[in-house]
Amino acid sequence: MKKKLLNGPYLAWMLLFAIAPLFIVVWYALTAEIGGERSFSLANLQRVFEPIYLRVIWHSLKLAVISTFLCFLLGYPAALILASRPFRRRTILVVLIVLPMWMNFLARTYAWLSLLEKNGVINSVLAFLGLPALNILYTDAAVVLGMVYNFLPFMILPIYSVLYKIDHSQIEAAQDLGATPLITFQRVIFPQSLAGALSGVVMVFMPAMTTFVISRLLGGGQYTLIGNLIEQQFLTTYDWGFGSALSLFLMALLIVMGGLLMRSRGDNEGGLW
Amino acid sequence: MRRARMAQAEEIIRLKDICMDYGGGLVLDKLNLYILKNEFITLLGPSGCGKTTTLRIIGGFEQQTSGDILFEGKSISHLPPFARKVNTVFQHYALFSHMNVYENVAFGLRIKKLSEPEIARKVGGVLELMSLPGFEKREIDSLSGGQRQRVAIARAVVNEPLVLLLDEPLGALDLKLRKEMQIELKNIQQSLGITFVFVTHDQEEALTMSDTIAVMKDGLIQQIGAPIDIYNEPKNEFVAGFIGESNIMDGVMHADYRVSFAGRSFQCVDKGFAPDEAIDVVIRPEDVKLTPAAAGMLRGVVNSVIFKGVHYEMMVSVGGREWMLHNTQMAPVGEEIGLDIYPDDIHVMKKGKKLEEKTA
Repeated sequence: MKKKLLNGPYLAWMLLFAIAPLFIVVWYALTAEIGGERSFSLANLQRVFEPIYLRVIWHSLKLAVISTFLCFLLGYPAALILASRPFRRRTILVVLIVLPMWMNFLARTYAWLSLLEKNGVINSVLAFLGLPALNILYTDAAVVLGMVYNFLPFMILPIYSVLYKIDHSQIEAAQDLGATPLITFQRVIFPQSLAGALSGVVMVFMPAMTTFVISRLLGGGQYTLIGNLIEQQFLTTYDWGFGSALSLFLMALLIVMGGLLMRSRGDNEGGLW
Repeated sequence: MRRARMAQAEEIIRLKDICMDYGGGLVLDKLNLYILKNEFITLLGPSGCGKTTTLRIIGGFEQQTSGDILFEGKSISHLPPFARKVNTVFQHYALFSHMNVYENVAFGLRIKKLSEPEIARKVGGVLELMSLPGFEKREIDSLSGGQRQRVAIARAVVNEPLVLLLDEPLGALDLKLRKEMQIELKNIQQSLGITFVFVTHDQEEALTMSDTIAVMKDGLIQQIGAPIDIYNEPKNEFVAGFIGESNIMDGVMHADYRVSFAGRSFQCVDKGFAPDEAIDVVIRPEDVKLTPAAAGMLRGVVNSVIFKGVHYEMMVSVGGREWMLHNTQMAPVGEEIGLDIYPDDIHVMKKGKKLEEKTA
């Protein structure tokens, strides 16, 4: 009885700000304005599957997968190093990793803009050293760079949080039983960090798949990912129906991918869910 | 003299002048110790005495500051843990929580790349030995403390190490289970013929299981020998106090076989002291005999009596000093009683003696 009372506020919050908006999105996606009145229609959803939009979705998916993969490649060793430090130094390092996140996301991304510019900081240094200029601004490479830079902490932290909980005596036990450091990592450390790695993958993949700011700033005005496409529908073309249909499709895609990831692992310890 | 029973056995491990300093003073101070094949040796001491550090140095988990470790005559100081032919049973089991019992036990065998049928045979055999048949598929989380303990031992002994290191392996078990495991461990050690190096702070455990006990304090071995010798002939006040209860008092050795303490002269079995040398006398509480007041060598007044199950523990005031007595008979509080001590039960120790017999 008391428990139910305590649940009240959360329930109201969820209803008002999660469930209700979801229904509004579904309603917009599944209706179209015909003769001044909205009525049921699958036209918006059908439009999502037009080749021009499928290409955008495919491109977004590709960049999100690449960014997530790079984040994992950079983040796992970082988490491993972090977890192996003595406690005091570890805390400082964690703060250092989180520190950039305290700065405004836009400001940080704009900073990359001026770093990568034709006559920007990086190219000035390269020119000074007599090296060829780096022209990646407004390309896929710049967008991926922006994603990796912004989302890396979301990969490091969940992996770190499962790694440092692994009982150090288990590592000693593995070595005691003849395991070299490499085998110890393969058979004892890595399997026990999978939950955190999966959380990290999900936490990077989701924002990478939906971002529109990074792609706009570092990809240039013509650059379109699915996030930009949705933004356009709501802010430029005012086609809320199509925008909602795209959102719905993206949501379905993320749920399916998330479900596949979650199914691939046994327990839930240290994970997101 | 020392370990006469095992004099024929070969030496398997030798620690030479091992010093260990974590940066806050010496944890081990020129430790010398040899361990024989098939020996059950216990490092016994209070926490902080260096016993676990010694074990971890043998296992390779700590690098000694100076000194050398020989294994079958060859130095292994430079070898990492995975290259040493010893296995460890860790204090908190350290079982792999993401593997079931079978995979835990098979871990070392898989690294040695044994064939699956061979692994299955060995794992099955060792689980049988540890009375764990049928536990193969069980997850570690679903096991009790005693079962985890057995899995931890199985995981180590399945590799047929020449030496098994055990770091307070019974510390987390309840009293009854601990007693059972003590007997079981001793049986396993004898049936497998493996050298056991056992670390504990529990003197009773050490006395029950060991062939040899090394009593440690402040990074030094205070005394090493068979349990019965350590109990009956403690070398110094620390050992006497740590192994069992005892009455320790000042005395004077007048001549060979003649000692005086508690205001009276006694016949004893010790000799070889300087005339009138000041010494410590150790008398175990159970070695003092009760007699009628008039007939005793000493007289005392009973201050308190506590029933301990098998015996009574009495505090008796003898000439201004309190003695502890264990006896199956009791004398009521306030009664004057007589105390008899036989020559065999008087243990004479040199004053402030540390230990020379570190290397033997």
